[in-house]
Amino acid sequence: MAVTGAVLVLFLVGHMVGNLKAFLGADSFNEYASFLRTMGEPLLTYRVALTLVEVVLGVCIVLHMWSAISLARRAGKARPVKYAARRKSQANGYAVHTMRYGGVIILLFVIYHLLDLTFGTVNPAGWDGTPYERLVEGFAPGRWWVTLFYVVAVVMVGLHLRHGLWSAFQTLGLASGRSYRPLKLTAAAISAVLVLGFLVVPVAVMIGVIK
Amino acid sequence: MSERAKGMNLTLKVWRQNGPEDKGRMVTYRVEDVSPDMSFLEMLDVLNERLILEGDDPIAFDHDCREGICGMCGMVINGVAHGEQVATTTCQLHMRHFEDNAVITIEPWRAAPFPVVKDLVVDRSAFDRIIQAGGFISVPAGSAPDAHSVPVKKVDADAAFDAATCIGCGACVAACPNGSASLFTAAKITHLSLLPQGQPERASRAKAMVEQMDAEGFGGCTNTGECTAVCPKGIPLDTIARMNRDYLKASK
Repeated sequence: MAVTGAVLVLFLVGHMVGNLKAFLGADSFNEYASFLRTMGEPLLTYRVALTLVEVVLGVCIVLHMWSAISLARRAGKARPVKYAARRKSQANGYAVHTMRYGGVIILLFVIYHLLDLTFGTVNPAGWDGTPYERLVEGFAPGRWWVTLFYVVAVVMVGLHLRHGLWSAFQTLGLASGRSYRPLKLTAAAISAVLVLGFLVVPVAVMIGVIK
Repeated sequence: MSERAKGMNLTLKVWRQNGPEDKGRMVTYRVEDVSPDMSFLEMLDVLNERLILEGDDPIAFDHDCREGICGMCGMVINGVAHGEQVATTTCQLHMRHFEDNAVITIEPWRAAPFPVVKDLVVDRSAFDRIIQAGGFISVPAGSAPDAHSVPVKKVDADAAFDAATCIGCGACVAACPNGSASLFTAAKITHLSLLPQGQPERASRAKAMVEQMDAEGFGGCTNTGECTAVCPKGIPLDTIARMNRDYLKASK
């Protein structure tokens, strides 16, 4: 859970920074997109490095889900009889209770996101459009509901990381008494930066700053 | 002498289960004229005396010292292990923390490794087996060694003693959404792994205890922190980080 999550977080940071290229115009954004495919050339041929990254991410997602499912199943077996009274959370931290259903929402979002901006299946610009065209037409003001869905999903990712980031340190035994405060603050800060960094692009397209 | 505080009237919804094989059900009782100075267990004693006089079976619950140090008592009160009062065992929880005419739900610890024996009594032998799996520590027997022969840092001694205050009541398991016994196991691992006497078997002890915990059918830890929030002794979450660290070291 912790190791695969860490790989996915590193990917998110790179992904967010890359997205911000959209503010530098169509050429810069498309050039970046093509760089991702020619990365490692001439040592590697076209798209080899990107495919490797995709394979690693895919494996991480599968292992992350496998860990989550086995934890949930163990939890179910460990408490066959439920409490009659509604259990009130005594620990502070709302984010922690969104991890399981939040993870499912994030998975559904990732599938839609790939169909939208990678394969163009559900995007008006389609497969033949440039990445920038898919971005601008995908988040056009008329398609506000797409942007809304992205906002909900990315906030869910933020909550997921809010708990997941410090939690990974705890699971790997790297946290100790005095490190909890800084760890949790850092987790909150990184989650907030990622959420804002990801959302600023679709919102900028919707309100016409990027066109 | 001040006038005696007015008694409270309460409605209790209590889990009744005749034995391990019984399906069990919630039963509602009315308790009147409860003194706010009574402990939660004394309030149940009053109800039980009445049930006995009426020819009913009294509500079975575990208790021993009633001083908050033995770890016998424990019930989930209104969905919270040991009730909402922080760092308090059920026996040290007083009725003044409840409103008059309150409806109070009382349930046993719910976890597969803690089967219900009767009503609110659960079998916590799974904890004993985790302790047993920890094995021995290598200490020379014989006369007491000089106090300064093995130096221990003050911070380590304090943290070890804090972990050793775990009374093994099982509230951590009851509160955990995953039914995990990580806080208990981690407390037991910590109080030895911080001291020089616990070093020789440190890694193997952590591994054996974690594996026994899993074998008993407890869930996995997802770092929700619910355990430490209800722990009557306030065992901190960093004990679990230390357990994970020792376990990873032993698994290499």
